[in-house]
Amino acid sequence: MATQLLLGDEALAQGAIDAGLSAAYAYPGTPSTEITEHVLRSPEARAGEVVCRWAANEKTALEAALGASYAGKRAMASMKHVGLNVAADPFVNAAISGAHGGLLVNVADDPSMHSSQNEQDSRLYADLALVPCFEPSDQQEAYAVPARAFELSETYRVPVLVRLTTRLAHSRATVEVGGRRSQNPLSRPGEPERFILLPAIAKKSYERLIGRQPDFVRESEASPFNRLSQDGDRALGIVACGIAHNYLLEVTDGTPGHPVLKVGQYPLPARDVEWLVGHCGRILVLEEGYPYVEAKLRGLPPRSAPAIHGRLTGDVPRTGELSPDVVAAALGLGALARRTASSVPAPRPPALCPGCPHADTCKALAEVLAPRRDSARVFSDIGCYTLGALPPHGVINTCVEMGASITMAHGASEAGLRPAVALIGDSTFTHSGMTGLLDCVNAKADVTVIIVDNLTVAMTGGQPSAAENRLVSICRGLGVDESHTRVVEPHPRNHAENVAILDQEIQYPGTSVIIAQRECIQTAKRSARRGTQRGQQ
Amino acid sequence: MKRDIILAGVGGQGLLALAAVLGQAARGLGLHLKQAEVHGMAQRGGVVQSHVRFSDRPVHSDLVREGTADLVLALEPMEALRYLPYLKLDGALVSDTRPVRNIPDYPDVDRILAELRAITPHRLVDAAALAEQAGSPQASNLVVLGAGSPFLGLPVKALEDGIRAVFADKAESVIAANLRGFRLGAEWTQVAS
Repeated sequence: MATQLLLGDEALAQGAIDAGLSAAYAYPGTPSTEITEHVLRSPEARAGEVVCRWAANEKTALEAALGASYAGKRAMASMKHVGLNVAADPFVNAAISGAHGGLLVNVADDPSMHSSQNEQDSRLYADLALVPCFEPSDQQEAYAVPARAFELSETYRVPVLVRLTTRLAHSRATVEVGGRRSQNPLSRPGEPERFILLPAIAKKSYERLIGRQPDFVRESEASPFNRLSQDGDRALGIVACGIAHNYLLEVTDGTPGHPVLKVGQYPLPARDVEWLVGHCGRILVLEEGYPYVEAKLRGLPPRSAPAIHGRLTGDVPRTGELSPDVVAAALGLGALARRTASSVPAPRPPALCPGCPHADTCKALAEVLAPRRDSARVFSDIGCYTLGALPPHGVINTCVEMGASITMAHGASEAGLRPAVALIGDSTFTHSGMTGLLDCVNAKADVTVIIVDNLTVAMTGGQPSAAENRLVSICRGLGVDESHTRVVEPHPRNHAENVAILDQEIQYPGTSVIIAQRECIQTAKRSARRGTQRGQQ
Repeated sequence: MKRDIILAGVGGQGLLALAAVLGQAARGLGLHLKQAEVHGMAQRGGVVQSHVRFSDRPVHSDLVREGTADLVLALEPMEALRYLPYLKLDGALVSDTRPVRNIPDYPDVDRILAELRAITPHRLVDAAALAEQAGSPQASNLVVLGAGSPFLGLPVKALEDGIRAVFADKAESVIAANLRGFRLGAEWTQVAS
């Protein structure tokens, strides 16, 4: 067996390739991006043997993966946790239609919100869709999961969710890799009507999915990713999900001293849970994210014996990611002797890079809005330009989710709040902004949309933007008036001119779009070194 | 043999390259390894940190426990100070002395350095000066790694192999400058001790 030094994300990707992956689609998002970047860098993808593409958004990614699965191939879609909200429709309904070739939905959750706006727990989505979910505890398991998950997906013809969390996604370890399953041949589903979710068919499919739930439990009970150790003092039993199992071993030097149920595959292995609950005085649940397992064990009304401890009881903090220190405290092990934190360091929030075009746009926008400060609001979006909320810019008023800039500006404007300005990036616009712009045009809404076009998906490391140099024609095609589709170059030398154009368009009482185009300073540096340049619109 | 290391710095300083060098070096020696890092939004001029753990026994946690780090190695003095709770009571602190003042309320640097000097052992190196001597201002991160080399628990050869592996796709001149920076840092730290 060969070994490789791999991030959890990369181990998952390599495991999928080695398990016969044919197609991978994704929209970048921290901490999931490196799954797809690893596939893109692989010899298989470079040779065209594995199709790997960035999609316009998570929904299109998952649907493309479902299409590849329909064609009999092993396929996967990868995204961050909030991306699954965007892809929720195909995810939940693919559970009804079922998969043909193995279908994995890889989702990286971000507890503690290192780079996210919430810490939602994707295990609940697997519950909602009634499909199995894997949660590897380390990089080696992340490598091993796809082979079994694809198999499960093909055996029961369901999509399977693979959940990673930030610390595993972004931590490297030596992983033993090897063996390669060949790809599935092209084949069409034997009972093609199951993909036609007319109510009469969907009802039967739904019944079939319900009928498989006991099978999924049996699979979990037989899974190598779930393990019950009955050794030790039964006054306490511990459930450790995913990466929590590593923290448990860390703080107990490899010997927890109590029965432990390690969970890496859901639905929960009922037989093992039953043993633990039947034999232990109390139960401590260690899990990243929501108190998902804890709530199931606790029941309503809460069971009295054994008592279930975890995030709901305050033994583990209700919010935020786990750490070995958090787990040690939950076990009552007490903190180690340590130095007290210095009071001197100041926070160092992220900031726009020196020379960033967004900074020029923010500056121009701030100047235009200064005399309208009390009335104007800037509805913004997800991307580097969200940092326009922080000093010295302080120019945006909202950032909720992908695409909510244009649509919120639309609604606010129609409610009488004007000027209503939307500030959205090029990739976020093609991800979820275009439909909202169509709404604005159809409503003749008094909204000024600024698309800050840096020709890349900058926040996640410079992936290609889905509609490079096609934004003008997209906006025109959606019906934005030609004379109110403006292109500017955000640069200090154009400041006065850009302020004037912004001012004109904010005064215009209809839907206008200003495309502020200049390449991201980071990708520009890289392109300059490579001698390439991204084109001007 | 076991080392728990916190690497700290500011986005763009080359901190993750150091994490990769340590990872390659430890892997080259057949050690068990875990190396966690923060990507994404946190990188944009903000705080960057990495936990690097290697041992001849299996490493369970991807994160270092507070009070257990053998070494805090920082590319910026305020960032070094930020992670003191991770440091073992007798753990070593190695840091570049030059502040990155990309925030309006950067504290008094003399206060920072005074607190760092109170740690035993410590190495506070003006890495930019040695990097210039090495022929590349970009090699400051490797200078700091060199300054920390006595505390890493890895042979110099393994570290140099790690540098070659991590920068393998760069020009030969870049690799050479990085190796020179590393060696100048290592020499400096011998004199400083």
